[in-house]
Amino acid sequence: MSTTASELMKTPLNAAHRALNAKMVDFGGWDMPVQYPAGILAEHEAVRTKAGLFDVSHMGEVRVKGPGALALVEHLTPNAVSKLAIGQVHYTAFLYENGTFVDDLLVYREGEEEFLLVVNAGNSDKDFAWVQHHAPGYDCTVVNESPATGQIALQGPLSLSILQPLTKTPLEPIGYYFFTHGEVAGVQCLISRTGYTGEDGFELYCPAGDAEKVWNAVMAAGTPKGLIPAGLGCRNTLRLECKMALYGHEIDDSIHALEAGLGWIVKLDKGDFIGRDALVAAKAAPAPRKLVGFKTLEKRDIARDHMPVVRDGKPIGFVTSAAPSPTCGINLGLAYVPTELAKVGGRISIEIRGRAVDAEIIPTPFYKWQK
Amino acid sequence: MFPADLKYTKDHEWLKPAGDGTALIGITQYAQDALGDVVFVDLPEVGEAFGQGEEFGTVESVKTVSELNMPAAGEVLEVNGSLGDHPEAVNEDPYGKGWMVKIKLTGDLAGLLDTKAYEALVSAESH
Repeated sequence: MSTTASELMKTPLNAAHRALNAKMVDFGGWDMPVQYPAGILAEHEAVRTKAGLFDVSHMGEVRVKGPGALALVEHLTPNAVSKLAIGQVHYTAFLYENGTFVDDLLVYREGEEEFLLVVNAGNSDKDFAWVQHHAPGYDCTVVNESPATGQIALQGPLSLSILQPLTKTPLEPIGYYFFTHGEVAGVQCLISRTGYTGEDGFELYCPAGDAEKVWNAVMAAGTPKGLIPAGLGCRNTLRLECKMALYGHEIDDSIHALEAGLGWIVKLDKGDFIGRDALVAAKAAPAPRKLVGFKTLEKRDIARDHMPVVRDGKPIGFVTSAAPSPTCGINLGLAYVPTELAKVGGRISIEIRGRAVDAEIIPTPFYKWQK
Repeated sequence: MFPADLKYTKDHEWLKPAGDGTALIGITQYAQDALGDVVFVDLPEVGEAFGQGEEFGTVESVKTVSELNMPAAGEVLEVNGSLGDHPEAVNEDPYGKGWMVKIKLTGDLAGLLDTKAYEALVSAESH
């Protein structure tokens, strides 16, 4: 049974995408652009070499505010929230007691007692309920701001030069994973130097009703410099090249934070948080599987998400995400494999449509931003 | 968008009979648009024989992969080797430079759609 476009949720930029002749798809219940007429390869290349503009208004935003806000967010996430300066952002997660993922998210510290949590679109309702469920006992308010918020991501090496003329806020001093507030094209925005592409860039949060104004202003300013609108198709290939996790692929409720290679967001010494006991135990025992990057050896062998990793015809792991890499020109992927096989230079077999093909484990990230 | 001198399958391949018992085969404008940027086309060897509807190769785009099925029974006489270096021809010129195989027809064209029927099929799928 397919869902018709009319039943899907729409971002405030839906009409803008249609006017740009985007190809729209159902993405987790949202009517979203997978690509524009330029196509995924051209959009991917624009982000790596110039700039691309993404509508990410489908992402969820939850604001936690009050004297108990810091303690609640510390309780809900493994990263050290108290270390965040006001105006700083970090990547973290909501974990279950067993250390597996409710979701991954960004935490913005808006004030001593105020945090903005930015979560995945498809998990937004679950995440809001999760925060609400744990909030009693903490002196703070929890507000779902998702419907009222538009979010636009300008990504690529020319992002700063495209955005600066639209705002009086000096952008250059904003460090990577820091943010500020300011007007962009006359609209009050949260201006965040973050992204999901492995390039320099800014994510702009604004009132939903003003999203189209911001979008149009950035498009107009950037088009002469090579900016093009970019869809979810290239967003996936861009993040894959940088080994950035995607919920439902590298992480989900069956995978814990350490085997996902996300030990760096787990601060066991910060005090208690949900999932800590499980991760302490996991750290003491050797992980049976690890996430690795691989390339297939033949041009025709293109692995895809969820294909099995096999040995002697039996599944021993699985591909989480894979695609032909537009930047690297080879067929890449990420996979969970038994830890004893998880060595750079080692070989694994991936079953592609009934055929076991050779792949080599290679270093990740596959692509690294030259800052 | 769907030339009148071609026959079509429900799986979005086209077949162009040359009139001498041979035919060219490729995928339609609708198919290439649905796939997006094509990055690899896996084609059979010359001399291989296939029945109608049998898989003879795959076409890989950045985001997905699709099987290629024979519109009619035949033996492969030629494959479009230029797709090795220029798979984008499938997107840019699906009925011309993006052709995939040339076959000697060994069966009939039963069950294939004419342009009007194929247009109706595509129109139904897009809504």
